[in-house]
Amino acid sequence: MDYINLVFGEVYKILFLLIPVLVSVAMIVWLDRRVWAFVQKRQGPNVVGPFGLLQSVADALKYIFKEIIIPASSNKIIFILAPIITMTLALIAWSVIPFGKDQVLANINVGILYIFAVSSLGVYGIIMGGWASNSKYPFLGSIRSAAQMVSYEVSIGIIIINVLLCVGSLNLSDIVLAQENMWFIIPLFPMFVIFFISSLAETNRPPFDLPEAEAELVAGYQTEYSGMMYAMFWLGEYANILLMCALGSILFLGGWLSPIDIYPFNLIPGAIWLIFKILLLFILFALVKAVVPRYRYDQLMRLGWKIFLPLSLIYVVLTASYLFYFNLLPTI
Amino acid sequence: MMAHAIFFYAFSIIAVISAIMVTVSKNTVHSVFFLILDFISISCLFIMIGAEFLGMIMLIVYVGAVAVLFLFVVMMLNVAQQKNQWFISKENSGHIPIGLIISTIIFFELIIVVGGWKYKPELLSPTISQVSNEISNTHSLGQVLYTDYIHIFQISGMVLLIAMIGAIVLTFRQREGVKKQSYLKQISRERSDGIEVLEVASNKGVKIDD
Repeated sequence: MDYINLVFGEVYKILFLLIPVLVSVAMIVWLDRRVWAFVQKRQGPNVVGPFGLLQSVADALKYIFKEIIIPASSNKIIFILAPIITMTLALIAWSVIPFGKDQVLANINVGILYIFAVSSLGVYGIIMGGWASNSKYPFLGSIRSAAQMVSYEVSIGIIIINVLLCVGSLNLSDIVLAQENMWFIIPLFPMFVIFFISSLAETNRPPFDLPEAEAELVAGYQTEYSGMMYAMFWLGEYANILLMCALGSILFLGGWLSPIDIYPFNLIPGAIWLIFKILLLFILFALVKAVVPRYRYDQLMRLGWKIFLPLSLIYVVLTASYLFYFNLLPTI
Repeated sequence: MMAHAIFFYAFSIIAVISAIMVTVSKNTVHSVFFLILDFISISCLFIMIGAEFLGMIMLIVYVGAVAVLFLFVVMMLNVAQQKNQWFISKENSGHIPIGLIISTIIFFELIIVVGGWKYKPELLSPTISQVSNEISNTHSLGQVLYTDYIHIFQISGMVLLIAMIGAIVLTFRQREGVKKQSYLKQISRERSDGIEVLEVASNKGVKIDD
């Protein structure tokens, strides 16, 4: 009986986290398109519902009722597994994101490593989708995407090391609590910029959307997908983008902490602040999509390996020596 | 404890079955996917014994990076064609005896290790450091690695570095006659470098490019 209560309690908590994430993914797609349109002096989706807010619902309904086409020469099991894996991985990473002091589903000691591991597993959804489609464009797209994600993961990992040097713990709640005096964006500002650009590349957003560069590769690894399976890829992608924004706001922008700890601001619950920061970063993502042209593939690799990797390594040395010299290294 | 046992058996059964499937399955890409499944279930086992850091590093390094490279290589090689060549060709392949020798050595090593663990438990190293529950195992691992075993740790780092440099040197080739883009050159190009204004005398024209 205890087990059943425990299981139902956990399922209730998980649903309480997952449903808002899925709804906000749908809303964020609308926001993305509106910001994009705003920059280009267009209207964007504004017909369905007030301000076009229900556009995503209409799109989702369309995807649900469309037929799922499985190519005859594809590898069927892997073809179906790929979108499922993408979406599952995008959603399970949310379990360690803290929304408040104790408002976290799983307060594990290696939270940041967990997120890093899950996001590095995200490559597989794309490779599997591209390979199983048994077609040229998806395969090329998935190879590009895998190389790109593996390269930029390296610099993200080293940026995370910078933050960890200042915190002394892998727990995400500890990382936020360590920023009570000063957000890490102030001492680690160059790292924040590199993290932001790397997370654009990690989530295959423009200007790094080479895996689905429509001028060269039709739609990359998604070419053969249709209906609900395409929608799952798409949901997973946006859930990943939101996750990267959440990670950025936890690592650099103080997570749930309010910007200034004085009367009217600290009444607002932490979750609202976190959502506000996530939205801010997301609007930056959307603005970048609207203003920057797409990179060439060799330029992308050059940026990742020859510029970001050495820069972040140098910054690790700088941070470590600064902390060591001024005796600021965190103790256990 | 009941739930613990259920999870342990579930993960270990998945690990063993997928390890068998790696060798059994006909399609090489499927083998790599089973290998990934094997890695993931083993990292779950690591997490279950409380070695959460090891489990996560296993996921990041092996599944996130090494297996991706495996998958790349397997997808690029035309394995089906190559396998047929091995079976068709008359001369004996040199791979099989070497593979047999290595697998025999690994098999005996396993027997020795498991046998020693089973029948001489007192031989297990007494220097296993006491893991306290006060600090997380990431901290204790760091403390051991960077104090007691710092030299071994650094030597293994050097070995990895040398292996990396060796791989780069082996695969590096300088290609002649390839045009390279120089960003500095492009950005610092002035109007005067590209354009020359000439007075053109009538009926004489101008000499461009000899």
